[in-house]
Amino acid sequence: MELLGQQILAGIATGAIYACMALAVVMIYQAIDHLNFAQGEMAMFSTFIAFQLMLWGLPYWVAFPVTLVVSFIGGVLIDRVVFKPIHDAPILSHVVVFIALLAILNSTAGFIWDFTVKAFPSPFGSAPLFGSSLISAHQAGMIGVTLLLLILLFVFFRYTRIGLSMRAAAANPVSARLVGVRVGWMNALGWGMAAAIGAIAGILIAPVVFLEPNMMISILLYGFAGAVLGGLTSPAGAVLGGFLVGIVENLAGTFIPVIGGELKLPIALMLIVAVLVFKPSGLMGRTVVQRV
Amino acid sequence: MAVPVESTLPSTATDAVQTVEMPRVARRGGSIAFISGIVFLVVAIAIPLLFKNFLVFQFTQMLVYAIAILGLNLLTGINGQFSLGHSAFYALGAYTAAILMDQFSVSYVWTLPAAGVICFVAGFLFGLPALRLEGIYLALATFALAIATPQILKLSPLEHWTGGVQGIVIIKPDAPPGIPLNQDQWLYYFTLAVGLLLYILARNLVKSRSGRALMAIRDNPIAARSMGVNLALYKSLAFGTSALYTGIAGALGAIIVQFVAPDSFTLVLSIAFLVGLVVGGVGWLPGAIFGGAFVLFVPNIAEGVSKGLSGAVYGVILILLIYLMPTGAAGFVRSVLSRIERARS
Repeated sequence: MELLGQQILAGIATGAIYACMALAVVMIYQAIDHLNFAQGEMAMFSTFIAFQLMLWGLPYWVAFPVTLVVSFIGGVLIDRVVFKPIHDAPILSHVVVFIALLAILNSTAGFIWDFTVKAFPSPFGSAPLFGSSLISAHQAGMIGVTLLLLILLFVFFRYTRIGLSMRAAAANPVSARLVGVRVGWMNALGWGMAAAIGAIAGILIAPVVFLEPNMMISILLYGFAGAVLGGLTSPAGAVLGGFLVGIVENLAGTFIPVIGGELKLPIALMLIVAVLVFKPSGLMGRTVVQRV
Repeated sequence: MAVPVESTLPSTATDAVQTVEMPRVARRGGSIAFISGIVFLVVAIAIPLLFKNFLVFQFTQMLVYAIAILGLNLLTGINGQFSLGHSAFYALGAYTAAILMDQFSVSYVWTLPAAGVICFVAGFLFGLPALRLEGIYLALATFALAIATPQILKLSPLEHWTGGVQGIVIIKPDAPPGIPLNQDQWLYYFTLAVGLLLYILARNLVKSRSGRALMAIRDNPIAARSMGVNLALYKSLAFGTSALYTGIAGALGAIIVQFVAPDSFTLVLSIAFLVGLVVGGVGWLPGAIFGGAFVLFVPNIAEGVSKGLSGAVYGVILILLIYLMPTGAAGFVRSVLSRIERARS
């Protein structure tokens, strides 16, 4: 029983990573109605920017906000430059462009910073929290930051004018435009925010999994699993889903002998397929009804 | 609210209309297609006699990719479903061939139908839940499949069969006795024959009643359903058939490379198929050969420009294609053909 408790706690700790990623995925999905397959690589690239800034001698707490700003601008640029021209194109074009972005970012990062594994500092330190061996200070910090982000986002979308406009632009672009919302810029804003959230996720994850161009691909899959499990339409659901995926992954790794191993990707696959088949709207998402 | 009709392409419906309006042009277009088919055949048959063995091997690899891309085209171009997970079916086919040859000493020829059947079943089963998943969700599920595949292949309970991380080494087959060809040349002709057979079957499928049903689902699923097309069945069948093609390609790939290992079947392979599909032209079957050539030779050129940048080159080319020539080689060939027509008349 004690083992179970420990594994659940450890699952929550890793789940924080996935929750962060899932949150970024859902943000983009809300803004543009597409899943961003390049989300992980965007986060990875942002983390490398932070790494480079620190290499140039900037202290952590300067590099961090600078990276967020750069990522935000990068996200907006990607939307304005790459996606705006194909706004009305069929889904296939979007998926192809996402995959293209993934390939470009991955191989450019490998080209600039090469594929060796690099250590990345943690702002919280890696000492165990309160002397217990279950959860490190960094993991606790990560959970805290994820929850804080969620609250900020909730406040932003619920109580600010621009948050309301963004929701309107995503829910019904035509009507939103009629009442004066600049839908195109709201999309760009969504991209920027998702890139910035991705940057936070990357910077928080890097101390745990180490920095290298391929660090995100499996985490992105868990992020997707979390987002799908929680419901693609609900940021809170995404965070919950992320934590649940972390717990399931840890429990399955411990109690199902076959799985074991380092990363349990097949579990993420099964989770995604199972959720999509049995409850496509996820735990907290809305069911989208298409009118004919 | 109107249902968004996604016409990925200048769909075959418009072609049909043109055929009705201008039978003369259509017939001449047909003769051009016939001539280019003959030219392709002559060139394809001449290749092993003109080039060194390594190049012959590369051309064989190109044909293998072309078959896989043809399979993906049946799914995406004809039926309008996505897959980022075709590396998984390619892997399944490759492992089927390798295990049959390694453990059961089955002749390489018979591994192809076996790989085809197994992949058809796997694809059909994956397609069953997939038909509840539209567009982006399907892309997501297959994306997950592609990423998980190398790890599934490494799972310890399967190690006895798959050889785990080590993979399986198989022996390159000789040409049948009495045929004066070396191994590379023989495998080239073997792959070419299989590819041609599969191409003709695919073409006939597209032209058949079932093919029209598949395209109707692509163009407007609701209208297709109201005309009595069984969406669930046809979508799953499309998935299965597509997996069959890719699986046979995988089996051929294993035979010519003589080696299978989990890390050759990553998302990168799926991306390569997707690139090949877009380059060749979504929905245009002969485009597969252009796509195959592209994914085999362009990365080499990109590596020549700068080590490790091939991914970026891929990506940039993909984006440019989507902007400038979303119809790929198909659009290019069409515009050339129509220019020829205009010059004649």
